[in-house]
Amino acid sequence: MIKYALRRLLSTIPVMWIAVTASFFVLRLAPGGPFDGERPLPPVILKNLAAHYNLDKPLIQQYLLYVGDLLKGDLGPSFSSEDFSVAQQIMIGLPYTFTIGTAAFLLAILVGVTVGCFGALYQNKAPDYILGSLVLIGVVLPNFLIAPILQLIFGIHLAWFPVGGWGDGSLKFLVLPIVVLALPHAGRISRITRGSMIEVMNQNFIRTAKAKGIGPRLTVMRHALKPAMMPVVSYLGPAASYLLTGSLVVESIFGLPGIGRYFVNAALNRDYGMVLGTVIFYMVLIVFLNLLVDIAYAWLDPKVRNR
Amino acid sequence: MNQFTKKFLASAVLGTLLAFSAQAATLNIHNGGDPQSLDPQKLSGDWENRIAGDIFEGLVTEDAKDNPIPGQAESWTISPDGKVYTFKLRDGIKWSDGQPVTAGDFVFALQRLVDPKNAADYAYLQFTIKNAEKINKGEITDLNQLGVKAIDDKTLEITLENPTPYFLNALMHYTAYPLPKHVVEAKGQDWVKIGNIVTNGPYKPVEWVPGSHVTTVKNDQWYGTKDLKIDGAKFFVLEDQEAALKRYRAGEFDILTDFPTDQYEWMKKNLPSQAHVAPFSGLYYYVVNSQKPPFSDKRVRQALSMAINREVIGPQILGTGELPAYSWVPPGTANYGEPAYVSWKDLPYKDKVAEAKKLLADAGFGPDKPLHAVLSYNTNDNHKRIAVAIASMWKPLGVDVELVNAETKVHYDQMQRGQVEIGRAGWLADYNDPDNFLNLLVTGVQMNYGRWSNPDYDKMIKDGNAETDLKKRAEIFKKAEQLALDESAALPIYYYVSKNVVSPKVEGFVDNIQDIHRTRWLSMKE
Repeated sequence: MIKYALRRLLSTIPVMWIAVTASFFVLRLAPGGPFDGERPLPPVILKNLAAHYNLDKPLIQQYLLYVGDLLKGDLGPSFSSEDFSVAQQIMIGLPYTFTIGTAAFLLAILVGVTVGCFGALYQNKAPDYILGSLVLIGVVLPNFLIAPILQLIFGIHLAWFPVGGWGDGSLKFLVLPIVVLALPHAGRISRITRGSMIEVMNQNFIRTAKAKGIGPRLTVMRHALKPAMMPVVSYLGPAASYLLTGSLVVESIFGLPGIGRYFVNAALNRDYGMVLGTVIFYMVLIVFLNLLVDIAYAWLDPKVRNR
Repeated sequence: MNQFTKKFLASAVLGTLLAFSAQAATLNIHNGGDPQSLDPQKLSGDWENRIAGDIFEGLVTEDAKDNPIPGQAESWTISPDGKVYTFKLRDGIKWSDGQPVTAGDFVFALQRLVDPKNAADYAYLQFTIKNAEKINKGEITDLNQLGVKAIDDKTLEITLENPTPYFLNALMHYTAYPLPKHVVEAKGQDWVKIGNIVTNGPYKPVEWVPGSHVTTVKNDQWYGTKDLKIDGAKFFVLEDQEAALKRYRAGEFDILTDFPTDQYEWMKKNLPSQAHVAPFSGLYYYVVNSQKPPFSDKRVRQALSMAINREVIGPQILGTGELPAYSWVPPGTANYGEPAYVSWKDLPYKDKVAEAKKLLADAGFGPDKPLHAVLSYNTNDNHKRIAVAIASMWKPLGVDVELVNAETKVHYDQMQRGQVEIGRAGWLADYNDPDNFLNLLVTGVQMNYGRWSNPDYDKMIKDGNAETDLKKRAEIFKKAEQLALDESAALPIYYYVSKNVVSPKVEGFVDNIQDIHRTRWLSMKE
């Protein structure tokens, strides 16, 4: 298992190198530079800035310098935030993104699996329709629509929760962003769980369990849940990486200082250092999360473990 | 201790805490973007200026109406030729760590600003100082050649290249703030980090969470601290204007520095007198590529300009009542008086269109031979709405418009390369003076995107800037402006407005043309 994990890990190195190289050159090919804007800078200032950031050197030399720094663990400077390097910014934003993302991830699993199981057990009955419809709202409505609605209802009219901001990091500040972030995934997980559970519940070993007189709750918990979770686990890898990296909209709407916003802002600002830094960070994160999913899959399915 | 004593003590402690919290007035400001830095020489945005101007103070500073008033300098004299300014610093001025602010700190800061090694974006704003540009270009390497000298700790002398009537306004800009030489030299690049940074303004920063907020508190070492009504401010990062308005409505912000224009009518009804829409020193305009036929023909440019129905853009398309622009310099600009206007300003719109058709027909275009024009703008809903509206206003002239949008950086990159036919642009004044706008049309200036060129105009701008008599200078400038308008050098569309939302709790907020509102002039009701 460890050998398998290590082999998987090593195989990602060339992928990451190709991604870094492609990102580096594609970014430089994009029209507009980091110092273009509504207020053009005089040539003398542009020259000074280019020299300051090594942009006056040939592209290939810039690339080699970047890769050299990267191998030393240095993600370089950010062009749009001079007081913090790229690595410092990622480290500052990570705890916020991680807190929200992890909480949303757990909430999505809890709600999704519970609703999915209910849906399967009460297939085509009232609880199935009601709960299924509720969670589907999260899937159908985009979070840039749900977030303002929740802000209006729970922030302004009922004043139960702050409309935005991190505040002191207490739960009341985090409830709305976590719910908004978790909703679409909770919906998808519930649909996957429901489908998978219905399939498992129709299999012979469940019928045998039922024939032995085991109650429906125990049948589900002891026998059906684990095999029914296989497709859910497959979904959790991409979901986790999405929750940790794709919280851009939620972080923007709620004014949270996480890293989700960095990438798009950096791309629009042509902040080469920050774009590459976030690309590398996300790649490492996705590889790590996919590895965790593989391990979880192997734990759930002995066939995979023995492969 | 019996129950009564316990309750009494608990009430006393709670009461004291509540009394303190009632006295602590923190201003929560929605500030838009994330500051690039707290180092005043690395800034370029108005959201950064709001913080920098609260924590630093220049020789000259601004009052609530944005007029220049003595800051760290208590007085100054100007030589008869208008080139040498001598400043006397206030007694007892200190950095927030208690070290004295000296004339040497100003010399250090201005030398650092123009030093090419530091690559300061806005160094060019102080190019009026003797040798500043040559040092920045690397033509002079000795920083001591900069025209800034400390006569003694309390006296600073600044020598200019030419007399510059707006120099005091330029000194209000953050590029002219002093820096704590003792800290910058000791800490290097890290001098600006929270924990290291020392400042000389009314407030000092104590917390910065990138992407979230910057917190300031009173600077006890500042000369006027006892008069400050606000104990500190929190400048929140939030670029989503809709979300910012919601947080304002929930009472989380006291001031919004911008708002969604489509909410203005709603705000007028539901938040009466809280939305402040005021004239702002900025111009929204279109450039026309004067080097490219048929746009090189003055008649074509004038026809396009005349057919823009400016009266409907502010009230109907934007919804915030921006005033139609018929001049190049916005009214209310300092050192100028009333600007020059296009000669056809007061014609009824239908007469303007009729005249425009005639001009275009004279230039060889009309319904039978439509003029094809590509109108480029940077991606933004308002720019799009305006472009669509103007394209429809040009249609009756027989102008066939192709709209092209691109993200800001690409748009301005193409504008600078002269790759657009008609392009959207805007300018917000760096300093309150007509030169800041008129300079945009001088030959060879980077911001002259339409590449309009007229030697008479260039000469008048040069002569005006050499003139020390402000009245004569304004007359020369006005002639230059009239020439540019007669030639339709570019198409002014509307003057910007500042858009703030201010809670009724906040007092002392005065609308002004530069939209600068320092916390030191504000107070909050109990």
